[in-house]
Amino acid sequence: MHEMSLCESILQVLEQQAEAQQYSKVKTVWLEIGALSNVEIDALRFSFDVVVQGSIAEHAQLEIIEVPGQAWCMPCSRNVVVQQLYDLCPYCGSHQLQVNSGDQMRIKELEVE
Amino acid sequence: MCGVCGCGEGHSHSHDHDHEHTHDHDHDHHHDHETGHSHAPGLSPKRMVQIEQDILAKNNRYAAENRHYFSEHGMLVLNLVSSPGSGKTTLLTETIVRLKDELDIVVIEGDQQTARDAERIRATGVAAVQINTGKGCHLDAHRVGHALETLQPKNHSLLFIENVGNLVCPSAFDLGEAHKVVILSVTEGEDKPIKYPDMFHAADLMILNKTDLLPHLDFDCEQCIHYAKQVNPRIKILSLSAKTGEGMDSWLRWLKAELELQRIDYA
Repeated sequence: MHEMSLCESILQVLEQQAEAQQYSKVKTVWLEIGALSNVEIDALRFSFDVVVQGSIAEHAQLEIIEVPGQAWCMPCSRNVVVQQLYDLCPYCGSHQLQVNSGDQMRIKELEVE
Repeated sequence: MCGVCGCGEGHSHSHDHDHEHTHDHDHDHHHDHETGHSHAPGLSPKRMVQIEQDILAKNNRYAAENRHYFSEHGMLVLNLVSSPGSGKTTLLTETIVRLKDELDIVVIEGDQQTARDAERIRATGVAAVQINTGKGCHLDAHRVGHALETLQPKNHSLLFIENVGNLVCPSAFDLGEAHKVVILSVTEGEDKPIKYPDMFHAADLMILNKTDLLPHLDFDCEQCIHYAKQVNPRIKILSLSAKTGEGMDSWLRWLKAELELQRIDYA
């Protein structure tokens, strides 16, 4: 359900941009999805196909650029890779981590005509 | 307050890229169109458009509008989140009964269906608006903005937004609140914070509710607090029973202190 409403937001952006950028069909959508963004990629793909039916993005290809989770470890004073929000620092075991990348959900670019 | 709403979009920033550009993604993308046609480069009407837009940008714009409104009016706004049945509405009614003579309180209730919760709140004598999300699993900032038009809260009032009972989706949708407050009841199991880390990560305060039931359960409070701090080292935790009133004093003190902070004019 969550992915469904994200896809509705994506479609709104595509429709809104269609006027500004003068296109009538979206062929491919590149999304940047962070590993910590709480988005299930399979559910997102499924919802996307359902949501775009009958729209300017019908049959559009969805390309996902996955971005790994990264956090600043305070005790180590450096960036470390994390898989999940509650991961411990892989070097020192601390949970004093500040996520600084990998929580994004962005539309990067489109292929249109 | 819904300045961007007519209900149309306010800002759409267009980047005027109508040039063809080659892109060089380091993922492999394959075009696997069912029609199987291909266009020769240069002759194709296809082109690339860079958007660089956050998927939640629209919600975040409405949330920023709400936050501005709350700040202008010196309001304290809390987004209450939990799984269904954690006792959010009982906590709210008990809180309102204790504070309504001192403070101006208003409530926005979110549920998929029915106005039952808003009716329970109105029975305490304060104004409440019910938002039914229908198919949706969370409240969004746009609907909250419209609820404010109905509620017309007074300056320096306390607004509780009781979100849909769901520990997943509401974590991603900013409503413009000062804090998310996550409520966890001791009947739920101490590992909820690590099972639903996004929500506990997004909250500033956690309320461990229904502590009157502890003697009948195997719930390990210390372990639960440990898990919550593991997911979010800066989270603050209060234990209470809305039913017996035990621990309510600290919660009421926290509310009053936070409301007082909203009166400060920062440079």
